[in-house]
Amino acid sequence: MSSLTDTAAHAPAPRGGIAQSFSDSLVITKRNLIRMSRIPEMILFGLIQPVMFVVLFTYVFGGSMQIGNSTDPDVYKNFLMAGIFAQTVTFATAGAGAGIADDMHKGLIDRFRSLPMARGAVLTGRTMADLVQTALTLLVLAVVALLIGWRPGYAAPTDFGKIMLGFALLLLLGYAFTWIGALIGLSVRTPEAATSGGLIWLFPVTFLSNAFVDSSKLPGWLQPVAEWNPFSATVQACRKLFGDPGLSPSDAWPMQYPVWASLIYSVLIIAVFRTLSVRKYRRAEG
Amino acid sequence: MPGAIHAEGLVKTFGDVTALDGVDLDVPEGTVLGLLGPNGAGKTTTVRVLTTLLRPDSGTATVAGVDVLEHPDEVRRSIGLSGQFAAVDEYLTGRENLQMVGRLYQMRARAAKERAGELLERFHLADAADRPARTYSGGMRRRLDLAAALVVAPPVMFMDEPTTGLDPRNRQALWDVIKELVSGGTTLLLTTQYLEEADHLAHDIAVVDHGKVIARGTSDQLKARTGGERVEVVVHDREAVAPARAVLARYGPGGRGPDDVSVEEHTRKLTVPVTGGAKLLAEVIRDLDAVGVEIDDIGLRRPTLDDVFISLTGHAAARAQEDGNGGGLQRKEPAA
Repeated sequence: MSSLTDTAAHAPAPRGGIAQSFSDSLVITKRNLIRMSRIPEMILFGLIQPVMFVVLFTYVFGGSMQIGNSTDPDVYKNFLMAGIFAQTVTFATAGAGAGIADDMHKGLIDRFRSLPMARGAVLTGRTMADLVQTALTLLVLAVVALLIGWRPGYAAPTDFGKIMLGFALLLLLGYAFTWIGALIGLSVRTPEAATSGGLIWLFPVTFLSNAFVDSSKLPGWLQPVAEWNPFSATVQACRKLFGDPGLSPSDAWPMQYPVWASLIYSVLIIAVFRTLSVRKYRRAEG
Repeated sequence: MPGAIHAEGLVKTFGDVTALDGVDLDVPEGTVLGLLGPNGAGKTTTVRVLTTLLRPDSGTATVAGVDVLEHPDEVRRSIGLSGQFAAVDEYLTGRENLQMVGRLYQMRARAAKERAGELLERFHLADAADRPARTYSGGMRRRLDLAAALVVAPPVMFMDEPTTGLDPRNRQALWDVIKELVSGGTTLLLTTQYLEEADHLAHDIAVVDHGKVIARGTSDQLKARTGGERVEVVVHDREAVAPARAVLARYGPGGRGPDDVSVEEHTRKLTVPVTGGAKLLAEVIRDLDAVGVEIDDIGLRRPTLDDVFISLTGHAAARAQEDGNGGGLQRKEPAA
């Protein structure tokens, strides 16, 4: 019998459900990780940008910033890191969006959509691969931060478990934001549009927060915006867990219970944007 | 009993553009249907509906006995799709591409790996198996795309303009694959703009234009609809056209005298519908010789599918170039 029509090769019955969804997502994650490893310049640029931010903010703004009552550049340095970490993980949004927009406009997406695979796997696989890349970037960034003088426990005692919990919250926030990127990627026509569309709104979100300045020194009407910003919750949670200086003393609930707030915000973002993205993916007609 | 591919009344509009205007198809198991038409006729849209990529506005379809709209996932298990543009990941190697597709057809890792190796051999890609697909030539990419469509040896195959842009050698290789599939019992729906290709590969042909099937039948049946044979003469010089026309008019159906003979002045070619076959050809040559017409070429010609297309639609299949891509209904891969 011809190998091309060998009936023994017919497609096995799909397992369906969560198990298949998970294994299909892993297949696509692997695909995206292989792609990333073959375009190393993308990873490199992804690393340079946050490292540059850390160095610039530390040495340019460090001497002019007041955190609480302190103008010590060392205090600002230790204050800044949680903000830079959080901003870095959210920048994965643009990569996820561009990657998905790119996929959607190539013939390969027709192949995927004609296969008996889990519907959300193309998107989940991409966001999971981005999570791996974010973790790598975060690791490099943490090493750079330690080298230029970040000291966890600078303002309050911490331990290894708390520090790891802080990084876990950062990764969860990054993962949540890649789902926003996924929806952007599915809504635009070109990867270039997804990159800029994925980035521009991140500037107000990450700057109207407690990430780079003491939010109590913002104009009065901006303070509640910054304090209820989901992004600020993760920054505050990290400062608390890392023992960094400059915790916001605000009464706002997310500032009082930042670890829970960060967790709830991230899970909510994933629930909403994953649902919207998968629905949009299924309806996409090329 | 409906065929392996069966569609009734498929309608699909995109804004103002009616891509499908009531398409009916039936492809018996183990046969090849050639969907023939110019760009924008609705061929690709038909394939996209049947492969679950697009929901029609109305109409029904079954593939391998399963309702396409009700159970798209069931259908996806039984089909392979190979298109005009190579649907492979250019950063993955040939082997990685095929293994990924196998896994997504829910094969186990080991089975997917074995199958990938087998197909890479079969499609002469073994040497390039571990290079990223972006280093492949156009022909190699298309072979990889076809291999990906055949990973699970699907009982029903869809090929959308499989030979567009292929060089003659790759085209011949593809034709061989198609014949192998058919002899193994695969049902195939193939779209093409090439009349020669449909003639050569398909058991049945459906001619589509403006979202409708305007004719169907075997190649011979379609040709018979257009009329029988014709004699085609190319005379040596322009002055000979008029006397040659007078001679040929005697062999025509007779109703319109010299008007039965169609003339292309610039190529000095005259054509007349005839009945009588090869014997007649000798008489024509003698008669032309008698009046001193020198001929460069003469032949008895059966109608081609091109003639069929023109007689059915009033325009040549090649009008596609002027129309661009028929309102952007077909997917174009951005330049790499």
